[in-house]
Amino acid sequence: MPPRRSLSAPSPHETEPFWLDPRKRSVLFQALVLGVVALIAWYLIANTVENLHRQKIATGFGFLRKEAAFEIGESVIRYSAADTYARALLVGALNTVKVAVIGIVLTVLLGTFIGIARLSSNWLIARLAAAYIEVMQDIPVLLQLFFWYALFYESLPGPRNALNPLTGVYLCNRGLIVPALDPHPAWRAIVLALVAAVAVVWVLRRWARRRQDRTGQTFPVFRVSLALIVGAPVLTWWTMGSPRAVTLPTLQGFNFVGGKTLSPEFTAVLLGLVLYTAAFVAEIVRAGIQAVSKGQREAAMALGLRPAQVLRLVILPQALRVIIPPLTSQMLNLTKNSSLAVAIGYPDFVSVANTTINQTGQSIEGVALIMVVYLFFSLSTSAFMNWYNKKAKLVER
Amino acid sequence: MNSREPSPLTPAVNPGDTLKPPVTAYGPVGWLRKNLFNSVPNSLLTVLTVAFLWKTVPPLLQWAFVDAQWATPSALCRQSDGACWSVISRNLRFILFGFYPYDQQWRPIVAVILLLGLIFFSRDRKYWTKPLAYAWIVGLAAMGTLMAGGVFGLSAVESSQWGGLPLTLLLAVFGLTAAYPLGVVLALGRQSRMPAVKVLCIVYIELIRGVPLISLLFMASIIFPLFLPEGVTINKILRAQLAIILFTAAYIAEVVRGGLQAIPRGQYEAAESLGLNYYLTMRLVVLPQALKIVIPPTVSILISAFKDTSLVVIIALYDVLKTTQTVLSNPEWMGFSREAYLFLALFYFTGCFSMSHYSRRLEKQLSTEH
Repeated sequence: MPPRRSLSAPSPHETEPFWLDPRKRSVLFQALVLGVVALIAWYLIANTVENLHRQKIATGFGFLRKEAAFEIGESVIRYSAADTYARALLVGALNTVKVAVIGIVLTVLLGTFIGIARLSSNWLIARLAAAYIEVMQDIPVLLQLFFWYALFYESLPGPRNALNPLTGVYLCNRGLIVPALDPHPAWRAIVLALVAAVAVVWVLRRWARRRQDRTGQTFPVFRVSLALIVGAPVLTWWTMGSPRAVTLPTLQGFNFVGGKTLSPEFTAVLLGLVLYTAAFVAEIVRAGIQAVSKGQREAAMALGLRPAQVLRLVILPQALRVIIPPLTSQMLNLTKNSSLAVAIGYPDFVSVANTTINQTGQSIEGVALIMVVYLFFSLSTSAFMNWYNKKAKLVER
Repeated sequence: MNSREPSPLTPAVNPGDTLKPPVTAYGPVGWLRKNLFNSVPNSLLTVLTVAFLWKTVPPLLQWAFVDAQWATPSALCRQSDGACWSVISRNLRFILFGFYPYDQQWRPIVAVILLLGLIFFSRDRKYWTKPLAYAWIVGLAAMGTLMAGGVFGLSAVESSQWGGLPLTLLLAVFGLTAAYPLGVVLALGRQSRMPAVKVLCIVYIELIRGVPLISLLFMASIIFPLFLPEGVTINKILRAQLAIILFTAAYIAEVVRGGLQAIPRGQYEAAESLGLNYYLTMRLVVLPQALKIVIPPTVSILISAFKDTSLVVIIALYDVLKTTQTVLSNPEWMGFSREAYLFLALFYFTGCFSMSHYSRRLEKQLSTEH
């Protein structure tokens, strides 16, 4: 047998040129990519610095402490034009959160309803739901916002001829005016009671599950939880003297006094976002329900579970695993789309930041703030999603 | 018991005869019973829905068609109870072409027809060949030349004068064609084994997907000029186009990544054992399968990109939405927003619906399942 040269004997450095070694090639390629990116970044930054210097635009976030000197139409917290830019931006951020939170709750409710209607055995209902989904998904949300806003200021009468669909509820081109509850210490107590009830339910659930694992005995968690969550606030309301005084809005001069006014801008943004996003949520809900195969229900029934248990223990956990991830991304979409409010004058974060940019000329800082705020929303949502996915992941062999 | 003997309760049936089902189980009556009145709650629901439709649809039709004004001056419109479609028909040329010089508007018309023709021809998969790709390149170049002018005796038209339908279509078509390859590259980068490339792609994709498009458009319109050296300017349409491309690419990248992850490891290993290098593995084995799987989600990205072109209104580009609003701000046509916006809704709906319809058909054609 002729002596064979060992494969490792000649160093590859001597025989192979470096571009045939995948590891070296990869290092070289990465260095090249990073170099190009760094070069472009350096070029852009150098240009920007020079331009800012030449146009004498201030840099840094010092402007945040200056007086904003502009009014904001609606605000959750106290705000006046004498406050700082930082506070104005906070007002904008809170307005975004307000429209997003209310919008998400309404969207999930409406979307679930339409999604279930889409699967109805009633042909008419199913067709109507399908038409709603198809039409609403195919019209830009910005156009929908413009449409609802235009409907407000064009088609609705002034305050003097306001529509009055229910006692104390007025609809006019100044917005939607509803009765407001009079302040009473009971309201705060009710919120506290609700929070306490939720906490108790959480503890109860854990206890019930542990007991079932240990002894096999079940506990009617759902019914007790429902009783607690509904009962505690109602009981508090009753013991604190059951306040039910409300202020009805009344027309004085050219506008309404008393009651709570939802501005046309807020109502239009909310309406547009909810009706648009609900169409997507409906599709997600439908897909989730259909994703659970019929055999699952039949198997659960064969095990002797009651219909409520089949739904709670077998169907929902599987459907939710399919539903939750895209649903979260739709919620995020709604939050991001709320930035379109700037187009119809609702003072959300983008709108306030835009005014700030126009007044101070510090566009880079302004746009950076917008991006940071929305990135914060997105990253916290995806952190939640990753946590949920890990929790809900199918446990395989 | 003798089964041959006809029972007095059932009619005599010869073995060869087919017995018709009861009238309530087939035909229109059967359909109604099965689909609308199969239970008490469902019957109630049907009745309520029909009553609701009866109350709302006829007045709506009355408003939209019977009482409508189709091409009258605005003064007549204001006296009528119906819809005023005249706001569209009387301003159609402005809505469609914006501030494009009036006597030159045949050029955007030809450009749009060219584009629609290309799209029409690309529907059928039997034309998906190299010549079609060349036709697209030539067609898009011709569109650009027609719009901009300055050669072949066409007078030059500044891009600030472009507007309306051609602008919307231009932003959509160029945005999508440029974003798609970029998205595929980003997706491959995210799957790459090289850490630097992978991190760069992840940061880019997550950053872009985390912010609203409007912040990128703001960036394009107010910050981007600061990035360029003194004296160099890029026109506003191109900047908005860039923002749309960069935005859409991140979303396409995520969709394509889903497709790449769905390809079994064996495919990569088989390609490698055939001696294919990375580029050939991707081009011949992995991407053709991955991109096919993700056709439906890709189309929904394309649809949302088409809808998102309307956002350029906010940075004051004259797409169809902005030209319509310009018409509505004219005192003569103030107050007819409903009609104008409904018309636009119909326009966007037609575009998006035909795309999603087409994707469903394509999905069926490409399906290799038995």
